Formats: sequence, C-alpha cells, structure tokens
Amino acid sequence: MPDDGYLNVSRRGVLAGGVGSAALAQASILRAQQPMPGSQSGNEGPSTMRIRMTVNGTPQEVDLDTRTTLLDTLREHLKLTGTKKGCDHGQCGACTVMVNGQRINSCLSLAVQHEGDEVTTIEGLGTPDDLHPMQDAFVEHDGYQCGYCTPGQICSAVAVLEEIRSGIPSHVTDDLTGPMRPTEMEMRERMSGNICRCGAYSNIAEAMAQVAEA
Amino acid sequence: MEFNAPAGENLFDRSKVVGKSTRRIDGPLKVSGRAPYAAERHDVAANQAYGWIVGAGIAKGRIRSMNLDEARKAPGVIAIVAATEHNAVGSSDWNIAPLFGGRDIAHYHQAIAVVVAETFEQARAAAGLIRTSYDSADGRFDLETAKEKSKVGTGFSGDKSESTLGDFDSAYGSAAATVDATYTTPDESHAMMEPMASIAAWEGDRLTVWTSNQMIAWGKKALASILKIDEDKVRVDSPYIGGGFGGKLFVRADAVMAALGAKAAGRPVKVVMQRPLMFNNATHRHATIQRVRLGADQDGRITAIAHECWSGNLDGESGEDGTLQTPKLYTGANRLTRSFVAELDLPEGNAMRAPGEAVGHLALEVAMDELAEKLGMDPVELRVLNDAKDTVPADPDTKISDRNLVRCLREGAERFGWSKRNPQAGGNRRGRWLTGMGCAAGYRAGPTEKSAARVRMDADGGFTVETDMTDIGTGSYTIIAQTAAETMGVPLERVNVELGDSAFPASSGSGGQWGAASSTAGVYAACVNLRRAIGEKLGFDADAATFEDGKANLNGESWEIADAGALSADGEMTYGDFKDGYDVGTYAGHFAEVKVDAFTGETHITRMLSVCDAGRILNPLSARSQVIGAMVMSAGATLMEDLHVDKRFGFFANHDLAGYEVPVHADIPHQECVFLDTLDPIISPMKAKGVGELGICGPGAAVANAIYNATGIRVRDYPLTLDKYLDRLPAIA
Ligand code: FES
Ligand code: FES
Repeated sequence: MPDDGYLNVSRRGVLAGGVGSAALAQASILRAQQPMPGSQSGNEGPSTMRIRMTVNGTPQEVDLDTRTTLLDTLREHLKLTGTKKGCDHGQCGACTVMVNGQRINSCLSLAVQHEGDEVTTIEGLGTPDDLHPMQDAFVEHDGYQCGYCTPGQICSAVAVLEEIRSGIPSHVTDDLTGPMRPTEMEMRERMSGNICRCGAYSNIAEAMAQVAEA
Repeated sequence: MEFNAPAGENLFDRSKVVGKSTRRIDGPLKVSGRAPYAAERHDVAANQAYGWIVGAGIAKGRIRSMNLDEARKAPGVIAIVAATEHNAVGSSDWNIAPLFGGRDIAHYHQAIAVVVAETFEQARAAAGLIRTSYDSADGRFDLETAKEKSKVGTGFSGDKSESTLGDFDSAYGSAAATVDATYTTPDESHAMMEPMASIAAWEGDRLTVWTSNQMIAWGKKALASILKIDEDKVRVDSPYIGGGFGGKLFVRADAVMAALGAKAAGRPVKVVMQRPLMFNNATHRHATIQRVRLGADQDGRITAIAHECWSGNLDGESGEDGTLQTPKLYTGANRLTRSFVAELDLPEGNAMRAPGEAVGHLALEVAMDELAEKLGMDPVELRVLNDAKDTVPADPDTKISDRNLVRCLREGAERFGWSKRNPQAGGNRRGRWLTGMGCAAGYRAGPTEKSAARVRMDADGGFTVETDMTDIGTGSYTIIAQTAAETMGVPLERVNVELGDSAFPASSGSGGQWGAASSTAGVYAACVNLRRAIGEKLGFDADAATFEDGKANLNGESWEIADAGALSADGEMTYGDFKDGYDVGTYAGHFAEVKVDAFTGETHITRMLSVCDAGRILNPLSARSQVIGAMVMSAGATLMEDLHVDKRFGFFANHDLAGYEVPVHADIPHQECVFLDTLDPIISPMKAKGVGELGICGPGAAVANAIYNATGIRVRDYPLTLDKYLDRLPAIA
C-alpha cells in the first residue's frame, strides 16, 4: 500500500458519505410525511415538499411533488433542459449530473434526497461562448452526433478524469496500489454507463485523452 | 433547377469551404446543453400539461372495457382520451397499424389512451389506475412458421423484391465450388437516445407540433391525414433530433396522442414516450431468415448467385429486404434474388438504418467468406476478382456511375495489415486470446430526392438559410452552411442555418442516406437564384461571375454583394430522367480484428477500419463520425442486439435499454475511417454521396468473419453471443 493511502481515505470517505446520505434520506422521508403548509394531502393532491439546493452555483428553492426526480426537477421545474432523459430508469446515463462533486444518474434520485446539495449540470460547466475544456474537446473531436447523450457524456467524462486523479479503482485497473493513469481502457470502462447510440465512442475517447493530457 | 446532365467542372471543384473538415456550427449549443430538443421547448407554448401514453397489454384482439373512473378522479388529471371513448384515428402513407386504433388491438403496446395531467408525476400515477380488460385473439408471432405462407413482398422502396437473370439452377448445379448457407438476423431496435417526444398546441383548428422527426414534409402530411384535418392547418417543427436511425422517419403515437390530448385538455400537451413503450409501440427492424447460394469456377469466378430472404410484418407486404445489395455487388451470369414477406402480428416493422442492406451484408458477406475458404482463396482477392465494372451485374442495361470498390478493398487491406492474417481459422492463439481478422465489402445506394431551400441576405451581408431539412446528428447544419458559404463566396461565420420547420421550403429530409447530397443541392439551387437576384440588382451576369470574399468578380470588374441590400431567393433542385440509366452507389471495404477469450468465449473487437468511396465528402469531420457510428451499430448487430420475441404473448420482452443491449464504450476500440477522394458526376452538382448507411453495410460481417477466423466456428444466427459457440471452442491445451 503506498503512503498516500488513498484507498483508506476513499473507503472512509465512502462510508461516511454513505451514512450521511442514509441519514439525510431518513430525515427527508420523515419530513415528507408531514405535509408542508399549503400543500394538499390524501386524495386531494400529491404530498409536496419545499426543496432547497444549489444548482450551478445558484441557490434554488422549489415546491415539489415528492415523487419528482432530480432529473425532472432540473428539466421541468428549473427549465435546465441540458440534462437529458433517455430512459428514466438508470440504463443510459443521459441524465448524468454532478452532485457534491460526484456523478450520478439524476433520474434515479428523487429531489427530496438532495436537500442542501450542490448540483452541477452541463449548463454549469460552460456556455457556448465560454466552453469548458471538455466541451471544447468534444466539438474539436466531433465526440457526438445527435447530441442527446452528450451532456451526460461530458459530465461523466469530467467526473471520470477526477475519479482517476483521486485514485478510485475500476473493474479494469490492473494495479490497485500503483499510481492510476487515464489509459484508454480505464476511460472506456468508466464511461460505459453512458450509452451513445450514434456511436461516437472512438471520438469521445480522443476528446477525453486530450483533456487528460492537458 | 433541374439536374439533367452529368456535372461538369463547377465551383465545388475549387472549393474553399466545402470538403474541408469543419467543426459543427451547432456544436457549442449541443455540448453546453443549450440545443432545445422536442420535449424541452418550454418557451413555445404557455401552460403545457403532461401526457402519459397507455399501451395495450395484449398483442392482438379487442378491448372489452376500460375502467377510467379512478384515473379521472386522480389528483391533477385534466383529461383522458381512451380507446373505448374515441374513434380510431385515420391512417397515413407512412404507418401500417393505426397509431390510436379504437378498441381493436393490432400489436402489443399500441396506444390505447393518453392521460393528461398538471404534472408528469400525476399523469403517470393516474395512468396506472386505468383498468383494461381484453378479448385476446390468437396471433402469429413466429417467423419460422409464418414463413411457410409468405409471398414475394417489397422492401422499403415499395418495389417488388424479385429479380432473375440467366439460369441459376443449372449454373449452380455445375459449379466447381458452392456455398449454400442460411443465416438469421433478429428483430432490432433503433434505440435512439432521445425517445419519441412531442408538444402539441391547438389554436382554433390550427395545430402546431414541436417534435422529433426526420421527415418534416411527410410528418405534416401524415398528421393531417391521421387527424383528418387540412394539411395547411398543420405546422411541424423539429430543429434538434436526438437520433432517429429511421425510427423517426414517420409521425408516431407521441405526436398523435399529444394532439388528441391537447384537444381534449384545451391546452398544450407534452408527451414523451416512456422508454419501456418504445420497443413495442414504435417501429423496429424486422427479423430475417436469409438463404444464400453461391457457385464459382475453380478460379473463384462466381457463376451462380442466389439470395432469398424471409421477413414478416403486420401487412404481410413490406419487409426487410436483405437481398438489396446482391444484384449490385458481384458479377455472375446466373442470378436470383427474392424477398418474401409473411404476415406477423408483432409490432410494426419499418425502416431502420440501411433497411435491407444492413442485415443483407451479414448474410452475403459471410457467405463470400465461406466461399473463399472453400476455394482456398484470400477473401479480399475473391471480392476483387468478382467486382462489377461498368454495368450492374443483375441489370446489364444500367450503368454504374462511379465505383471504386477495388480501391477500397486494396487500400484497406494495405492499411489494416491484412497480409498478416493467418488464413487457417482457429490457428492464432496468444495466451488466453484467439485472434482473427475479417473483411467485407459494402454497397449502399446513393439516392437523391428533390429538395428546396430559401436563402436570405441581410442588409449587412449576413446570410440565413431556411429549409425544413433536419439534422439527426448527421451534421446537416454545418454542410448546409458550408454549401451556402461556398456558393455565395462568404466566410462560414456569415451563414446562419434554420432547419426543421414545416413553414420553410420542403427539403429531402433525412433518411436513406439521401439527406446530405439532396439538401445541399437544394441550398445550392437557392444560392444560385440569390446570386442572380444580386446580379440583377447590381447589374452583372451572376452566372458568369465568381463570388469570393463577399465580392462578385467579372471581367476585371468587382461588386460588393452586400451593396445589393436585403434580398431573398427560393430554389429547388430536382433531378432529370438521365439518372434512370445509372446506378449510383456507395462502396466500402471493411476490416475488423477480434480477440476471443479461449476460456470464456467472450469477444472483444480490437480494431476496425472502413475505407469508403462516396464521392466528395462535404465535411470529413462529421462524415467520419457517421461512418464510425454506423460501424458501432453494425458491431452491435453482430455481437449483441436482439429483440427477444415472446412467442406466447407476441411482444418484444426486453423492451428497455437494460434488456436490449447496444454497444457501450468498453465494447468499441479506436476506429479508423478513410474516405477515397472520389467525385460522382451523376449524383448532383456537388458530386457528393451520403455515407450514413454505407457504414452499417458490412462492418458487422467483417466482425463475424474475424470471429470465424479466430475460433474456426461459423455461427450463422445473429447475434453471435458466446452461448452459441462456447461448447465448440478449440481445446485449451
Ligand atoms: S435517463 Fe437516467 S440513466 Fe437514462
Ligand atoms: S450523440 Fe447521439 S446518442 Fe450520442
């Protein structure tokens, strides 16, 4: 085990994070059972909750049907439609966003689980006139066609490079103790939750390699 | 403008913008999440409600009753349009089963209701409260059985799929080497990443549908005919499309149910088809059974070639014609192709990327590999030897426009290191890996369709192109801008492109790999008219002038074109009969290398290369993406894609993206695509042909042949999953 001990740190981090989010989820459920003032209850209407989260640096406060996913919160309520819905079932990765720095499938997560969270979407990474280096690399290498999977690919790609930098191993990592490198196979493996039916994979790999080497 | 003679030397032969690798002009919007797709148009109509489609729970029969009471009482529900309370909608030229069919059920998950509510969550929850009971009828779901009663049908083109030449039987009977093999390909799904989605809004009797559709003019006509309203009252808008692959050639239930829901609710309604409904509600590529017989003399010259194909569909008429490439690819004096279609009660089969050829190559190009082995010939050499030269092999009266297949194969073999292939199948083992290489030829027609556009010049010399052409990821925005910039002699940055609105002049639309060639020719026609309008205004002969750097130059004189002030011109490119005497095709040599785990049978593709001959390549950057993307889809067809038919209940059982497997990042290695620098004067003034479907014609066969070369096991039932050969892998030690 090398001295930097990233495995220990990240395991502790994971455990702490796990316990924390379980506790938060629990609290959210409890609060969900007490209807907000002004919200409907029983057969008259859905139970709603006021959710506060920070999205791309902007504090947001929304009253939501507790069944609303983080994805639909972004797309339908905050009108941040850059995050895409490809399946709504955690099968495609089109809805990938970063929550507190980690990528998740936002369709698999209810908004009520994200009270107080920091969410970064594709819109938060860059704008058409001021693209994030990964967005720019996608344009340069034509790492897309229809563009529908693209925001998810880019959010994943940014997060994947960060995961490799922080030494989080994957299924194809040969050496768990040595320094981790953003090899093509590492990136392809880690990106495999993001389907691109247009088949831009080879170009996406090149875009990522360019950013990884920069 | 009519294109009525082969193109001579023209401005595209000195091009500065067309033909150069160009970043997509819509790229920054797409990568920053600002390109609005169909379901994302919050701005176009206020007060949008949400619709949820309910799909039939049986494959065939009739609805006995629908209990809607609970759903109607559910929170937030505004309206329910249900099959028991609403007549079937009308039909159109572009679909077989009604998209909303009243009580009669034609296929599983056919739309039987739409629930409209204030929120998405409410619509979904209320839909779950509808109780439907059915009288089920027996259906035919098994192609193998239904094939007995099949008859010669049509492919996507609508022509009867049958052709003969010479005397196949006797030539085959006396051939020195023969192959007689039967291949099967499963039903496949487009599985485009953006599901079907539409927002519909009525203003009186006028309907606007913001949707995701490849063919705007067809969509407008179809909606009018399905909803029985006047075509002039329909507007369709689809500027960004999250993939289609043929699945969005036609208006489907999302648009129809959104329109019906909006009418019933009295406000705009958004319907996104939930992913689990996509596979059975929408269209798919039909499964095929294909028998290929090849006969050759000792030297490998093909003397007899037969390709028969069986598929099924609701109408027993329009099928997946796997024989399409066979009359075109190889010589041979005695020939037979026939495509039979059976009646099946599965969901509607329809066009998916290179309908016919995509799966036809999986049979023919593997049969060629089998023949090469029988002859002890190199598979590249066998193809080169039997290459067609000047006329179409099955139709000697038709000339070939421009064909460089041999160059594709030779150059591909050279680049790929084909000479290092061990012809002994199963003979290459490196540690745990069995390795192999395979090749295939590719043919896909290069059609054109008439296409119109409008080009406007502003007072300050900026240009806007308007056409109902669509960009389904193919790069239409950029090649259209390139074409206008080239023709008007202005930098690309001066050109703005607006697509996908039926209010714009009608284009070819996107399909059948005709879009790039056709739509740019239409934009060229409009630009020529605009040049003439500028010339008239400023007093020079625009047809004789050259347009460069914002100026028109003629006989030493020069005019700033912006001085003409704001002007606009429409134009349309149509095609003359002279083309009928030609077969315009696109060609490719495909190569693949695989490694197969000697222990587990797991296949990994390690390299892929396609060398393509498709005339002028308008934007090599995005054209390459189309080809490599098609190579991915072709690899998927060979290795994993498979809609599993539940033959008891008549539906595709794996109807989501977890069950229907498509290639992911880890499956696809670095891919290479090379374009030969060719020009086809028969296709259009641009001399450019499409590539989006060429790329799915053959790579999968190259992968299949590579797997055979690696393992020595020939599996003829796609996809080539390891359960089909694991027990036959070579002994480990
Ligand atoms: S939409 Fe979330 S994974 Fe597909
Ligand atoms: S770019 Fe179309 S699905 Fe990836």
